[in-house]
Amino acid sequence: MSSEDFEPEIIAFLCNWCSYAGADLAGVSREQYPPNALNIKVMCSSRVSPEHVFESFHEGADAVLISGCHPGDCHYIDGNYKTMRKAELMKKMLDDFGINPQRLRLEWVSSAEGGKFAKVMEEFTEEIKELGPLDLNGTSLEGENDE
Amino acid sequence: MKKMKKDVLVIGGGITGVQSALDLADKGYEVVIVDKKPSIGGNMVKLDKTFPTDDCSICISAPKMVETSRHENIELLTYSEVEDMSGSVGGFNVDVWRRTKYVDPSECTGCGDCADSCPVEVPNEFDEELSTRKAIYVEYPQSVPLTYTIDYENCVGCGACERVCDAESIHFLERSEQIKLNVGSIIIATGFEMMEPDEWREEYGYDQYDDVVTALEYERLLSSSGPTEGNILKPSDGKAPEKVAWIQCVGSRCKQKGMPYCSRVCCMYATKEASITKGDDPDIEPYVHYMDLRAYGKDFQQYYEKAQEKGVKYRRGRPSRVYKTEDDKLAVEYEDTEKGEVKTNKVDMVVLSSAIVPSKGNEKLAEILGIEVDEHGFFESKDILTAPMESTRDGIYLAGCSQSPKDIPDSVAQASGAAAKALQPLKGRKRKGKPEKPEERDITEEEPRIGVFICHCGKNIANYLDVEKVMESIKDIPEVRYVSDPTFACSEDAQAEFKDAVEEHRLNRFVVAACSPRTHAELFKDTLEEIGLNRYLLEMANIRNQCSWVHSDDPEKATEKAKRLTKMAVSKAKRLAALKEHEIEVGDKTVIIGGGPAGMQTALSMADAGQEVTLIERDDKLGGKLNRLNTLFPSDIDAGELARNMSHRIEDQDNITVKTSTEVQEVEGYVGNYELTLSDGEVIESDTIVLTTGFKEIDPDDFYNYEGDDRIMTQMELDEALEKDSLEDPENVVFINCVGSMEEERPWCCRVGCGNSLKNAKAIKERYPDSNVYILYKDMRVFGKNEEEYYADVQEQNGVIFLRYSTEDKPQVSEKGDKIHIKVHDNLLDDDVEIDSDYLVLAMQLEGDPSASELQKMLKLSSNPSGFFMEAHAKLRPLEFPSEGVYLAGGAHYPKNIADTLSQADGAASKAEVPMMRGYTKSVGMIAAIDDDRCSGCKMCISVCPYGAIDFNEEDEVAEITDVLCKGCGSCASVCPSNAITQKGFDDDQISAMIRSALTDEVV
Ligand code: FES
Repeated sequence: MSSEDFEPEIIAFLCNWCSYAGADLAGVSREQYPPNALNIKVMCSSRVSPEHVFESFHEGADAVLISGCHPGDCHYIDGNYKTMRKAELMKKMLDDFGINPQRLRLEWVSSAEGGKFAKVMEEFTEEIKELGPLDLNGTSLEGENDE
Repeated sequence: MKKMKKDVLVIGGGITGVQSALDLADKGYEVVIVDKKPSIGGNMVKLDKTFPTDDCSICISAPKMVETSRHENIELLTYSEVEDMSGSVGGFNVDVWRRTKYVDPSECTGCGDCADSCPVEVPNEFDEELSTRKAIYVEYPQSVPLTYTIDYENCVGCGACERVCDAESIHFLERSEQIKLNVGSIIIATGFEMMEPDEWREEYGYDQYDDVVTALEYERLLSSSGPTEGNILKPSDGKAPEKVAWIQCVGSRCKQKGMPYCSRVCCMYATKEASITKGDDPDIEPYVHYMDLRAYGKDFQQYYEKAQEKGVKYRRGRPSRVYKTEDDKLAVEYEDTEKGEVKTNKVDMVVLSSAIVPSKGNEKLAEILGIEVDEHGFFESKDILTAPMESTRDGIYLAGCSQSPKDIPDSVAQASGAAAKALQPLKGRKRKGKPEKPEERDITEEEPRIGVFICHCGKNIANYLDVEKVMESIKDIPEVRYVSDPTFACSEDAQAEFKDAVEEHRLNRFVVAACSPRTHAELFKDTLEEIGLNRYLLEMANIRNQCSWVHSDDPEKATEKAKRLTKMAVSKAKRLAALKEHEIEVGDKTVIIGGGPAGMQTALSMADAGQEVTLIERDDKLGGKLNRLNTLFPSDIDAGELARNMSHRIEDQDNITVKTSTEVQEVEGYVGNYELTLSDGEVIESDTIVLTTGFKEIDPDDFYNYEGDDRIMTQMELDEALEKDSLEDPENVVFINCVGSMEEERPWCCRVGCGNSLKNAKAIKERYPDSNVYILYKDMRVFGKNEEEYYADVQEQNGVIFLRYSTEDKPQVSEKGDKIHIKVHDNLLDDDVEIDSDYLVLAMQLEGDPSASELQKMLKLSSNPSGFFMEAHAKLRPLEFPSEGVYLAGGAHYPKNIADTLSQADGAASKAEVPMMRGYTKSVGMIAAIDDDRCSGCKMCISVCPYGAIDFNEEDEVAEITDVLCKGCGSCASVCPSNAITQKGFDDDQISAMIRSALTDEVV
């Protein structure tokens, strides 16, 4: 596939209070951005676990976005700080799996930042287009099975 | 003419009015909010961020607005004004004039097609006229209610909006109407306005130069939803400035050229604006021209320090004028008071921190209500220190900036306080109980039978994507038993269709592909509930805000995305289960820990509202610091008398049990279920706990030769000496402010030290007119009502001498004969001053009471390094903790003067009374649950839970969740290594299904 007609599949986890609201505001402001990402709402970004991210890649996502409230703004006090730590860890793990950690992106988008949400979508899609499709190359991302 | 009988009228729907209304409505009282604007939200929603946490203002206020508009006990009358009033406390008859919006709120969907079609552009007040809006408009995108308004003055009557409105919500013939209200009490929360800079300070060139803006205008420039999308651009040419200067006290602190008072918030918002500017664009150089930097509140000083580290430069001295230079710059001319020379600062943009002034309508409103305003136009309190929230008439209460300027946390604390006061005239009124709900159908055994509604939203969805194709894509899924495409899924007709479809097809789950669940899910959930289905059996696909609107340039791709979003929603819907909101009973017992003024007032307030109060005090009598203080700043009332007066009122109350010489040794349980073990061995039960443990002076031993010298005393000791009249006729007395404050080890400002020095200096001067009194200070931080005026008097009338020192060059204290020798470098004179003094008074830094750290552990709370408790949210929840059941007020939160303490005490009472008067509290539905068999007992979840909702069961070695404390963030579920935790409504199976569905384009 040439990078021209490669349309990345992106899973975007958005927290209910800020980022999902920011995405709503992008709509109200009629921002335009590429339709590549499919949004999954969670109450707080801290809900997103490594399994969700790895499953996304395993199922064919070329990239994953986790977006929450700005540090200090989390509706659940400090959920986004936990997200920050988890994201670091996940990036390391991706690197170990041979997946470019750039394919996982963490963003803070507030409910007033419709423009920023659109810009993130735009940039991220572009960036992944350049990286090309994710080739898992037989890497198994499935979590360990429960005994 | 319409009539309405309610319990309380709240005038003004800014954050203060909204908070008062919510407090009352949550207790079952019926509240009506009257706001003259088309939308509630007031000034707070205009702000970009809030200090000192840089919280996004609209993000934290919007959920409150939505809650208000959806509250079953709150009626919103927007675009309305109070016209007339008769009657008296307990039965006020108020006439309200509601202007027509020409748009039916029950039909308007807020889509905005009308505004697009409107040919008229007018200056947009919400953006401080830095942008335009149409003649049919909403004030801001998150407006509540989200109903468009035709502004009659500017409408040309072309009818374009009416033609494009698919919902047919525009009615040119709709009339304004009079509404006759009958209420028991009234709360005034009319907020503030900003002074027009030109009114008093023409020399700053606001009218002359485009690039001289007000701070509120600048706030809109910073806002990402403002006219420049958050880019800081000069209004004159749209280019980024290199240097920006803020000018403080424009119209404040100056009797001759504006208002004598301090506006209380400007130092901090200017610091915030400057520091955000620097953070957003490091190339911009921000300057703040100030007189005293009043960073007095909790974490303010640290915020100010951080701003300086970021590169915000502070210049002391009030600028005399702003003028344009030959090279087209703006020159700020000021006297550098530290050097005594006149300087100019050439910048590209000037921001004027103009004074907070009373709302224009205050005087008229006061006349209608028969109450007083002060000489400036703020509503007059019965007593500014001891009854700040009571107006001059019974049954009418004051909150927020309607009474005097204040920041958001002080405003919302007063809002709750006023709500507590407003209960008094309502005694004996019946409150609304739990709303009756239709019986719920048990669907556990049923196969999923899903109804899918794909909304056209008029043309908002249907114009940009193919609704038909979206329907096609899911109609053959076996679980999907009903598909429909209403023009408006939120219309009454569609709700009826939900019902018919359930009856006909025995549906048990719904997917609505439409606008955003944030604005509409509750409506559909209500419908489900009415039909007898659990409200959590709904999933929405956001195919408008997050699809048709943002991909309108590519209908094909938009359609594809809408299909997937809908399939994802169906995949999740298949896995939805009925969720329960767990309820627990909350009774009427409360324990208040700490018997100072905050504790006493909380006790009185709660007892008056009918709660059973136990007030616990460590000392042998009530009163706390009031027993040691001589008088109170700034009205010189007798502190001891206030304490005795309050103690008597407590004695007279049957439902307050006072336990002096007692401490709390152990606390177990949670809201509705506390068990406290006291130092005398007694165990008492309680439903809520209020912490009013106060503050203390830090140990003075290491400062300024204090140890062992009786003539050197702390502020508190001086108060005692004044009370006992034990000073020996002094010749000289020196005060040093900020002892141990604002330095590395204790970086905070004590908030009350400056005021205490002033009132004690005045007391000494009055008692010993021949003495010389010196106050050595850093910044004079007096900010509350009448405080600046008091300061001016102490300077002018009492002749107290003020010397300004800096942290780097602190006063030197030594022994000289029988005098104390003090040498200080005065910044203003740039000279050393030496004084031989009889007494030296140290305004010590203050810290939290040591008992706080014990209680903090027992109750799983947090506190900051200064020993003050950390509230749930610095701005909007200053009196609460993250988990329900424990509240705080007064010095336990942060040192504060008596007016702020009493406001907080009443506020904390109001907060605690919410679950108590309701009789129960309940959890959200999407709480976490632990599977015992899988739990390995690793305690990871316990460490991440922000609410202390998870405990370890030592016996079974598993973690356990207290349902009512869980707020449903899901962070425990994401860290559990054994997959033992599920977050209901967002469980792994559901999330995984959405992921798979998204990536396979199938319903899974
Ligand atoms: S709620 Fe947005 S990140 Fe926690």
